[in-house]
Amino acid sequence: MKILVPVKRVIDYNVKVRVKSDEKGVDLANVKMSMNPFDEIAVEEAIRLKEAGTAEEIVAVSIGPDKAQDQIRQALAMGADRGLLIKTDDTIEPLGVAKLLQKVVDEEKPDLVILGKQAIDDDSNQTGQMLAALLGWPQGTFASKVEKDDGKLNVTREIDGGLQTISLNLPAIVTTDLRLNEPRYASLPNIMKAKKKPLDTKEIGDYGVDVTPRLEVVKVAEPAKREAGVKVESVSELVEKLKNEAGVL
Amino acid sequence: MAVLVVADVHGNSIDDSTHKTVTAAQAIGGDVDILVAGSGVGDAAADAAKIAGVRKVLHADNEAYANRLAEPLADLIVKVAGDYDAVLKTAATTGKNVMPRVAALLDVMQISEIVAVEAPDTFVRPIYAGNAMQTVKSNDAKKVITVRATAFKAAGEGGSAAVETIEAAGDPGLSAFVNEELTKSDRPELSGAKIVISGGRALGSYENFEEYIFPVADKLGAAVGASRAAVDAGYVPNDYQVGQTGKVVAPELYIAVGISGAIQHLAGMKDSKVIVAINKDEEAPIFQVADYGLVADLFKALPELNEALG
Repeated sequence: MKILVPVKRVIDYNVKVRVKSDEKGVDLANVKMSMNPFDEIAVEEAIRLKEAGTAEEIVAVSIGPDKAQDQIRQALAMGADRGLLIKTDDTIEPLGVAKLLQKVVDEEKPDLVILGKQAIDDDSNQTGQMLAALLGWPQGTFASKVEKDDGKLNVTREIDGGLQTISLNLPAIVTTDLRLNEPRYASLPNIMKAKKKPLDTKEIGDYGVDVTPRLEVVKVAEPAKREAGVKVESVSELVEKLKNEAGVL
Repeated sequence: MAVLVVADVHGNSIDDSTHKTVTAAQAIGGDVDILVAGSGVGDAAADAAKIAGVRKVLHADNEAYANRLAEPLADLIVKVAGDYDAVLKTAATTGKNVMPRVAALLDVMQISEIVAVEAPDTFVRPIYAGNAMQTVKSNDAKKVITVRATAFKAAGEGGSAAVETIEAAGDPGLSAFVNEELTKSDRPELSGAKIVISGGRALGSYENFEEYIFPVADKLGAAVGASRAAVDAGYVPNDYQVGQTGKVVAPELYIAVGISGAIQHLAGMKDSKVIVAINKDEEAPIFQVADYGLVADLFKALPELNEALG
């Protein structure tokens, strides 16, 4: 089995984002960037399938600026076999990303594409489902367990109220949820080795896909601030205030 | 102009979040219809018809929709969507799963988790875990939208819309249901509860949730939530998780116990009406959003709280 894993370069999980004063976006200058955490889980799952003998080859792909090579190299250091960067400095919406990935799938012919369920920058939670739609493939979203069973893929999904297990025909799309696995850290020798792994670079124009944004960003604003309230001294004071002041008990 | 709301159906009834998504649809304007898809969901369709201001209910009953599998459900919505200017569904697990598939099949860019309607084509949605609010104008002729239900008031009852039975779109047979393990609980569902009490990593174990959180929850008639750290540590299942990557709640009262208040957690609860924080670290960021803060050891404070609630 061949697995394709798309990875996105996003603002690091621990960075406190700041809205720019012109309300055009958030400040990305001199901010630490990392691989989207859900994509790390996707890379890890692909590697585990390879280690279990279920998969033979893992291709990591990113759509983004030159610097997104860092995130592909990280995937390679974790254990992916080769990388592909589709270069662009523009923001590509999930629909555009899905259309580009559809072209990559046509070329690479993977049996499985594993994606993060959402990117922690735009919080869209769309790309995997959209790619599944464009390819006419089944989708197993928000996966907490993935198992190959003969010609099928059993995916256990995190749903409201519990877990749902479905069986997917292959080829298929899987998107990762938090509990699927704990991604490994790349070791120094593997980081060195990853520098020698093949990383192909293409221009977005090479794919002949219309990725014109459909959504126009009117503005990006700070959320309404919540003021800190008061400290209470004891449980009895808390209960009294909740009853008589807040009126919620 | 006409707007379609795809109902969230559980068993043979309509989830309350559907009422809230109807309100979002009404804010867009035009006639509002509801699609109820499932297997043996006649009562749910009848319930949907009672939501105030709804023009008609489309009822598709077929085994293919019994388990909310994405592929047949998306095909049905696409088939019905032709008559509508916008299609909305609550941003719960089914909506998040199905609607992007619908959007791509219609060649539309979905607008995820809207919290406000500014104009029929302009919406507000949180990005970066709610640390920024993005206003977007859609240039697509048809809008595909998921709705953060907690941001809208529930539409009332008292309607008497006609229920029209429609044909299923068929099952492409790409996936099959195997089983479902649902958390059994007599407590209210997290997303719709009036009171939520959540525990963090400081709880230390499932047993401590059982001993300290659950009794207070039961006394308050509250739902139980948890921080991602508590879920990651395996104390409670993932469907307890409140935050950017879990559920978004906005109850009347939210009690955070032993939760430091990472931005990813705040993203899931900061719109609660009243927030109480109990934490022994007085520097914990959770106190910056709490209306009432109690600096205390939770293992002492919670039994006292349980006692005080009588």
